[in-house]
Amino acid sequence: MKNKGTKLLLNATYLLLLLSIIRVITGATDLTSVGTASAALLLSVPIVLAGLGGLFSERAGVVNIGLEGMMILGAWAGGFIGSQHGPWLGLVAAVIFGAVGALLHAIATISFGVDHVVSGVAINIMAAGLVRYLSTILYQGGSWPGPSQSPDIKEIPLNGLPVLSGGHFFGWQSPDILTPIAEKHWFFISDLVGIIRGITGNLSYVTLVAMLFVPLAFWVLWKTSFGLRLRSAGEAPVAAESLGVNVYAMKYAGVLISGGLAGLGGGFLAIVAANHYQENQVAGRGYIGLAALLFGNYRPGGILAGAALFGFADALQLRDSQAIHALILLIVAIMAYLVYRDIKKGKMLSGVISFVMGAALLWFYFAVDELPGQLVSMTPYIATLLVMSLASQRLRMPAADGMPYRRGGLR
Amino acid sequence: MKRLSIQKIALALAAPVAAAIVSLVVSSVAVLASHKSPMLAYKTMWEFGTQGGSLMEALNSATPYYIAAIAIAVTFQAGLFNIGVEGQLRLGALFSAYIGAMFTLPPVLHVLAVFIVAMTIGGIWASIAAYLKVKRGVNEVISTIMLNSLAVGMTSFLFAKYFAVITEGSNNMTTKELPTTAWFPDLVPLLTKLGLPEIQGASVNGMLVIAIALGFIFWFVVNRTRFGFELRASGANPIAARVSGVNSKKMTVVALVISGAIAGLSGLPAVLGETHAYNMGFRSGIGFSAIAVALLGRNSAGGMAFSALLFGFLEVSSRALELIDIAPETYVIMQGSILLSSVIAYEVVRRFKLTLQSKELAKAVSA
Amino acid sequence: MSVAVELRHITKRFPGVVANKDVSMKVETGTVHALVGENGAGKSTVMKILYGMQHPDSGEILVNGTTVNLKNPNDAIELGIGMVHQHFMLADNFTVLENIILGAEPKHGVTIDFKAARDKVMEMSKAYGLDIDPDILVEELGVGQRQRVEILKVLFRGANILIFDEPTAVLVPQEVDDLFGALQGLRAKGMAVIFISHKLDEVLRVADEVTVVRAGETVAEVKAKDVTPRQLAELMVGSELPQPTTHGNTRRPEVTLALKDVSIPTATGSRDLISHISFNLHAGEVVGIAGVEGNGQAELIEAIMGLRDYTGSIEFLGSSIDHLTVAHRHDLGIGLIPEDRQRQALMMNSPLWENRILGHQRGKPVMHGAILDKKATIADTKRIMQEFDVRAPGPMTAAAALSGGNQQKFIVGREMSKAPALLLASHPTRGVDVGAQGAIWEVLREARSKGMAIVLISADLEELIGMSDRLLVMLRGAITAELDPQKTTPEQLGSAMTGAA
Repeated sequence: MKNKGTKLLLNATYLLLLLSIIRVITGATDLTSVGTASAALLLSVPIVLAGLGGLFSERAGVVNIGLEGMMILGAWAGGFIGSQHGPWLGLVAAVIFGAVGALLHAIATISFGVDHVVSGVAINIMAAGLVRYLSTILYQGGSWPGPSQSPDIKEIPLNGLPVLSGGHFFGWQSPDILTPIAEKHWFFISDLVGIIRGITGNLSYVTLVAMLFVPLAFWVLWKTSFGLRLRSAGEAPVAAESLGVNVYAMKYAGVLISGGLAGLGGGFLAIVAANHYQENQVAGRGYIGLAALLFGNYRPGGILAGAALFGFADALQLRDSQAIHALILLIVAIMAYLVYRDIKKGKMLSGVISFVMGAALLWFYFAVDELPGQLVSMTPYIATLLVMSLASQRLRMPAADGMPYRRGGLR
Repeated sequence: MKRLSIQKIALALAAPVAAAIVSLVVSSVAVLASHKSPMLAYKTMWEFGTQGGSLMEALNSATPYYIAAIAIAVTFQAGLFNIGVEGQLRLGALFSAYIGAMFTLPPVLHVLAVFIVAMTIGGIWASIAAYLKVKRGVNEVISTIMLNSLAVGMTSFLFAKYFAVITEGSNNMTTKELPTTAWFPDLVPLLTKLGLPEIQGASVNGMLVIAIALGFIFWFVVNRTRFGFELRASGANPIAARVSGVNSKKMTVVALVISGAIAGLSGLPAVLGETHAYNMGFRSGIGFSAIAVALLGRNSAGGMAFSALLFGFLEVSSRALELIDIAPETYVIMQGSILLSSVIAYEVVRRFKLTLQSKELAKAVSA
Repeated sequence: MSVAVELRHITKRFPGVVANKDVSMKVETGTVHALVGENGAGKSTVMKILYGMQHPDSGEILVNGTTVNLKNPNDAIELGIGMVHQHFMLADNFTVLENIILGAEPKHGVTIDFKAARDKVMEMSKAYGLDIDPDILVEELGVGQRQRVEILKVLFRGANILIFDEPTAVLVPQEVDDLFGALQGLRAKGMAVIFISHKLDEVLRVADEVTVVRAGETVAEVKAKDVTPRQLAELMVGSELPQPTTHGNTRRPEVTLALKDVSIPTATGSRDLISHISFNLHAGEVVGIAGVEGNGQAELIEAIMGLRDYTGSIEFLGSSIDHLTVAHRHDLGIGLIPEDRQRQALMMNSPLWENRILGHQRGKPVMHGAILDKKATIADTKRIMQEFDVRAPGPMTAAAALSGGNQQKFIVGREMSKAPALLLASHPTRGVDVGAQGAIWEVLREARSKGMAIVLISADLEELIGMSDRLLVMLRGAITAELDPQKTTPEQLGSAMTGAA
């Protein structure tokens, strides 16, 4: 265990070092600025929630492609209820709506044995259609400003760590020590401080709660009876049944929890990350959450790491296209490492392909000064593809994931 | 024997009928939620939809759905999920409009050239997902969805920056209009000669013919050739398929690339038959509706044809709803509820059939 | 001594078959009671009913004298009934400890009390002599160890009525001795042990009483010391059991298959999956490969078939096939009956005629050029069904509707139809009823006398010894012994398989 922890710390340090170097070379200060780190944290929350949702569902043996649809339902509910009854009730509604979507998926796959991917895709199509229909009705009825946009929602107050990050408690505004250090642009130290300040200041309480879900998920799944039984439904359902575990109930629980988490993620997008619901707000984050799940090898800690990665890419893309330009260098560096690893293993063809791609990217970096908006907005998706390509090989799926289950044995 | 065939027909119809009933109920609830009468809604839709002009519009609407659904069905049969059809068809449409306008060839050849461009682009885009799956084990559901978003971004980027020309006097951006040698003819003149009554302003997209031909080719290849068998075996039991000699990696790549190529074709009815260019108004969402068509049609040529026609009819006839102040988006509710309920109904019927067969078997054995 | 369990007139029907008809049984505490019958006779079903996994249509169950209604395994567990399954019900990705406590987790408030669990398991492990490491992942355990985990699972829940479903099916003779020792220990502690098996001499070694079921009905309840295996066998089948034997020497001078120094290295660089295998197989000869599961037999078959990469050389009918694809090897005349018919040889939801095509989609009669000849395929499927006695309504029946034995007969018929020069038969009669078993042996015998070379892998030592002309023993990927089946007993073979010889 000690080895894993230190290895993680080492890798994180290398990455930070790399980023610092690139920042100094390219002058793209936004790479490690407070603002970016803060935005990265914000944007990683829906991905973490979607990823954790996927975790509960798949650990119980049900593949949940429908996370995207459940997030859409949650975002819409957040906008609908949140604009009328305040942000906190909006979040509650988001959880409920997401869970209802999950209920449909659960009934189709668990009780009726429909293929999990087919059901998930159907849920996504339905959810998108349903919210558009409902939005149109509300707009026609006059209560919504646009056919795909909800009225504004009141904001949830922000706060930060005392002393270090300028938090305020009971009327006392604490000093903000970290920000000036971050702005000095000292190599490595400022980068590190900038990131820390970014993730500890100006936080929404919801963000904090969402992040707490990560250790909570670990505790539930690995330290409680419920968690052991839920995981057994995904690993060996027939064995679990023979020991008196109610496998159906466990699967339903896993899927419903996943819908609730995904719904919460959607609601977060509408209420905290923005201040109203907008069509296409979710923009594929449900799928990116799935990617984070795979990147994290079905463990909460890994999901957090994956979500942080994607959140970072998302944040950069929104704030500063120059930083994305600089990010290309990071990818070139990763490619170089890939080439080295492939050649060492003797995989010549893969190595050559990686080399060619790396060289092409390097040329692209020098050839293009500024990336056009449309390409920049594609960053999270490219990031997802890249991450999946590198990480998919060593996956350890729950053994009975995706398989239809019937009481009394498989058929 | 007679009893058996009635039973067979009943079984075959059970799922679609059940699905239709459920979706009627759901849609009625949706209409009621907006304080309107469902009966009025259906009556309006039926009256509008069964007019000659509307029926032809429905055919036009169904054509790209059908082609795209065939593309998806090719992968579904092999146990793969090409959700990226939307992206493949967009890129195919854009590139074929742009490149097709760069030269002139005699009519049939020009159209063929455009076809080839569309199919190549779609195939290349799909091959990225194929490569990632085969070489890196990346789940194709996620990769094709990501590629979708990438394709949308790339299309708008390439279109805005390089491929489009701004027509004078208007704000509309479009690629250069295709020379008439690349236009796909309207079928109405031909049909009128065959006795179809004249209807004002109606046209039938000529690519309907291509769609029908594709349907036959698809049916034939999947059910009657060795490749089709190996495709289906890979989907039914990939391990057994491999043991029987199928090269599963090759099969994955071939299925995905063919799927991408056909998907590329599905963007062409609009480009070749209607707008004769690629512009901002290019219809989005064909790819996703096509997934519903494929699922509803259970990946069979006939089933998907029926589903495509159904969706086309619903889409066109629901336009009339605006006239009576009901949101035309009701169509989307119908589509979604048909999809989900049919998918469940098929599964229920399948299990029921299997139980029936076991009973039959026992009777035959003890006889 | 009292009656621990009594079953009275248990009847259970499934769609299309009566699994149990009026079954009655009495088991006393402190005894080992065997339940015997051929595959498909209904033994597993009646025990599943006792364990609460199935519900009887009619009849009574009495535990310790009181009538009970078992709605699910939890009820049975609470009454002290525990079941050690034939196909181990273990989660590979869980540790031994997690597997044992699943469903009965000791709690510390809301969390699981792992320490209490571990202490209890280690204590039981010592008391019953069942050695195990609780923190190891089950997927790393061997067969004998997995069975120990299954037994501990049952004891952890305080069972005093233990049901063992075909426990020796996957064990070598030495492991069987260990198991029987454990059973004697359980009996001495006053537990009631029910032991399901079709291996009659083993049954008579360890059981006190025997109940015989045939075609779903109880036909006899006898004391073990009063019967011979032969009598039991006749009670089981109602007639003489078929024997796996081959007659005479049909070996021809041509070499059909030649392996030279074939190895498959593992990716991690540790021990090879198979290592330096060399042997020649002649036409008309059956070579039996004996070995505990997991010692490379499956990989050897995969190498010959082309499903795995290997080093070394394999020659078929005199020419090298090392660079040929799986499809090509099929077409050259290598037939395969795979180990797991549902996973590796059938499309369960497809009709039989489509399954006929599987493996043969490149030539006649199925293909007409590149086009499927549906008519010819259906006709040929009918032929196979008739020649090989496959009981099903017709070629349109889905494969899933057939019984295991009929599925296997179909697969054998399919492979035989191209008259392969070499047949790779992996556990060809596993899970197959006695009638089908005899039929398949007959098919193999006939093929052998007509010149087919056969590689036979089996866990049934009698089948191996009876059907083979030569025996090769595989251990840890290498061939460690060659034996003459005419001079080898199952015990000797078992010793060689575990390396104890």
